[in-house]
Amino acid sequence: MALVLNEEQRFLRDAAREFLNANAPVEALRKLRDDKDPTGYSSELWHQMAELGWASIILPEEYGGLDFGFTGLGVVMEETGRTLTASPLLASAVVGASALLLAGSEKQKSSLLPKVAAGELTLALALEESHHHRPTHINTTATTEGANIVLNGRKTFVVDGHSADQLLVVARSSGEAESERGLSLLLVPRDAPGVSVQRTIMADSRNAANIVFEQVSVSSDALVGPAGEAWAVLEQVLDRGRVALAAEMLGLALEAFERTVAYLKEREQFGTLIGSFQGLQHRAAQMQAELELCRSVVLQALSTVDDAPEQLPLLASLAKAKLNELVKLVTNEAVQMHGGIGVTDELEIGFFLKRARVAMQIFGDTGFHKDRYATLCGY
Amino acid sequence: MTAPIRRDVLQDLDQFRSEARQWLETNCPESQRQPMQAEDQYYGGRNARFPSADAQLWFERMRDKGWICPEWPTEYGGGGLTPQHAKIIKEEMKAVRARTPLYSLGIWMLGPALLEFGNEEQKQQHIPAIINGEVRWCQGYSEPGSGSDLASLQCKAEDQGDHFLVNGSKIWTTAADKSDWIFCLVRTDPNAKNQEGISFLLIDMDDPGVTTTPIELISGESEFCQTFFDNVKVPKSNLVGELNQGWSVAKALLVHERKLMSELGSESPREVLVPSAAARQYLDMVDGKIADAQLRADLVDYDMTMHAIGLTHFRTFEEKLADTRSAAPLVMKYVGTEAEKTKSELLLAILGSQGLGWEGEGFSQAELDTLRLWAMSKAMTIAGGTSEIQLNVIAKNVLQLPQS
Ligand SMILES: Cc1cc2nc3c(=O)[nH]c(=O)nc-3n(C[C@H](O)[C@H](O)[C@H](O)COP(=O)(O)OP(=O)(O)OC[C@H]3O[C@@H](n4cnc5c(N)ncnc54)[C@H](O)[C@@H]3O)c2cc1C
Repeated sequence: MALVLNEEQRFLRDAAREFLNANAPVEALRKLRDDKDPTGYSSELWHQMAELGWASIILPEEYGGLDFGFTGLGVVMEETGRTLTASPLLASAVVGASALLLAGSEKQKSSLLPKVAAGELTLALALEESHHHRPTHINTTATTEGANIVLNGRKTFVVDGHSADQLLVVARSSGEAESERGLSLLLVPRDAPGVSVQRTIMADSRNAANIVFEQVSVSSDALVGPAGEAWAVLEQVLDRGRVALAAEMLGLALEAFERTVAYLKEREQFGTLIGSFQGLQHRAAQMQAELELCRSVVLQALSTVDDAPEQLPLLASLAKAKLNELVKLVTNEAVQMHGGIGVTDELEIGFFLKRARVAMQIFGDTGFHKDRYATLCGY
Repeated sequence: MTAPIRRDVLQDLDQFRSEARQWLETNCPESQRQPMQAEDQYYGGRNARFPSADAQLWFERMRDKGWICPEWPTEYGGGGLTPQHAKIIKEEMKAVRARTPLYSLGIWMLGPALLEFGNEEQKQQHIPAIINGEVRWCQGYSEPGSGSDLASLQCKAEDQGDHFLVNGSKIWTTAADKSDWIFCLVRTDPNAKNQEGISFLLIDMDDPGVTTTPIELISGESEFCQTFFDNVKVPKSNLVGELNQGWSVAKALLVHERKLMSELGSESPREVLVPSAAARQYLDMVDGKIADAQLRADLVDYDMTMHAIGLTHFRTFEEKLADTRSAAPLVMKYVGTEAEKTKSELLLAILGSQGLGWEGEGFSQAELDTLRLWAMSKAMTIAGGTSEIQLNVIAKNVLQLPQS
């Protein structure tokens, strides 16, 4: 049964919730922001998360993983969405780890994945080159020069790019601009000569970076998968990232919604609780309906990764588009239904609003995924 | 990691599925696997005639197999199967495109409530007759003055010793003019507050004093009636549950009604156009894409919503099996019927003027049906509790928001 959590998964969810509430509540994100923390997340927290096994949930046991599957990952992602916990979980343990797992050589996998699983090594995907997700529009070049490959180009909106140890760079070895063909994936240390990283402070107080590659020379061992043939794997990696992010967004939406419903039962105006006003009740009920649909979509998308990967593109786009719309609706309504206090920095709802907007852009906005879904449906 | 279903259970279900498929392939006549028109639906009843000899054969085979009501107890003619088995039968019927052999409010609404609240005598009298299609039932809840506010109903049943004397009227009674019996909510205590003085009564429509008047709808059909009760004598034994406790029976029944309505769209008997297929047939395509950006966007929104609704139906089913509960069933009537309306508007937009034909030449049957279904779709968010009432229920029961 894919759409109901089993006992182990429920146990993991409860444990995750308890841990995050105690160690990484929304206040922790506020503190990272206010302290202008140079890493953007707490390394100590990340090591604790890794000790709990979260960095290795989706990895096979042979690489130090828990092999707990995407549904298991999903419950953790959902809980980190509730607390808006900043960590390399998505960028490194999901996206980076998936890229190595699906495309890496046996040597890369056995030398790197156990470290990723232990949270000792972090990865980030350097993909985007414009302000919209266009995964084939790659102008960064990978040119063969003797035994080496030389990278030139600029990346933007690299999630966790300023803190990751290694960058997974999508570059063009051949093929026309915008073509799926000719793309390569290369592993480049963040501190390699010629790599310059500019941290970008985003709305959600989390990490991203603009990165420039100037005559960055790496050996051909740096290639993850065959040169020029990265697209098939990249698409799967992105879909996994989209689904995991959708699970985080579900948690975000649930938390913002529950906090708002609690406020409706607490705030009085006109001598009565504002939750008794039908104008607000119906809007809250409509959000509940959307949340129910989105929960089913997320659960199905997660289990599709493990059980029916051939259907993953459709499910990933369904999940990302639906969750984009959900978090937009819920966070806007959450602010509105709190009234004046809703637009203050003091109230944590604002953090949900801002994380929602960033999450909506990562790995494809609503229009991108609706277009992809329609194309996959043949219209 | 494996889900908590035992392997031997799964094997048993797999085997049941292949046996069911084989049985259906062998026993469902070819003519009963074609799309239906409204007149092909068999509702049973005292005066009913089968639409065709094949329809009769198909119904009788399913009845003898115990698959008209696979989940109901065998002592009343049901199949005595588990929900998993019943679901498999439903899925396999869909797979071979088998028609529903018997359409019946008795099956969808009254039966489950009788099995829960009826006494032994009532079950013996009514359940087999429902399964055998001998009695056609209709639902007498709404009144001219009591719709959403059902608990304010006024149709009264007075205690006359050995019988009740029923006076008043019901409205929007679907198919009252074609039905044999009606299950009614009646006021038995005029002094009690709203839902407390209401009882659940079964009334034979052949009884003297029961009359019906059909009402024409915007779809051009006259699906429902006003039903009048003028000094109708109803035996006391027709009371279901306790006196003045009819509201709890009605509430249980409403759950079945809303579940049915939330699934109706996917089970329409007619050959309804599928929006994405209609789009390819009726719209200009450029490079494999619908050229009209607005319609393409509307279509993908609809398809995504239906995809999500389908998955949520699966989820509620799995939750039932796993004995866990969520709020999902409570939102399905609202989302399902709203999506039906969206679909009808979308089809109309896709068909353009070809979707506006009312009757006669110049239009295919599917095109004419599209318009009639569009008109009917407007009723979906009204019948069985309006969308606004659904939202009230979610606000109250799921979100537990304060009531004014
Ligand atoms: C196709 C169809 C078949 C039907 N079949 C049957 C049948 O077989 N048997 C039977 O008994 N009944 C049947 N009905 C009746 C149906 O149950 C009622 O129409 C329905 O409950 C609404 O009642 P009403 O028509 O009196 O509308 P009203 O209750 O008068 O509603 C009018 C408007 O006011 C809104 N409204 C009412 N109360 C509230 C509130 N508290 N908050 C916000 N908005 C509110 C409604 O949502 C609606 O928009 C059928 C109806 C249809 C359309």
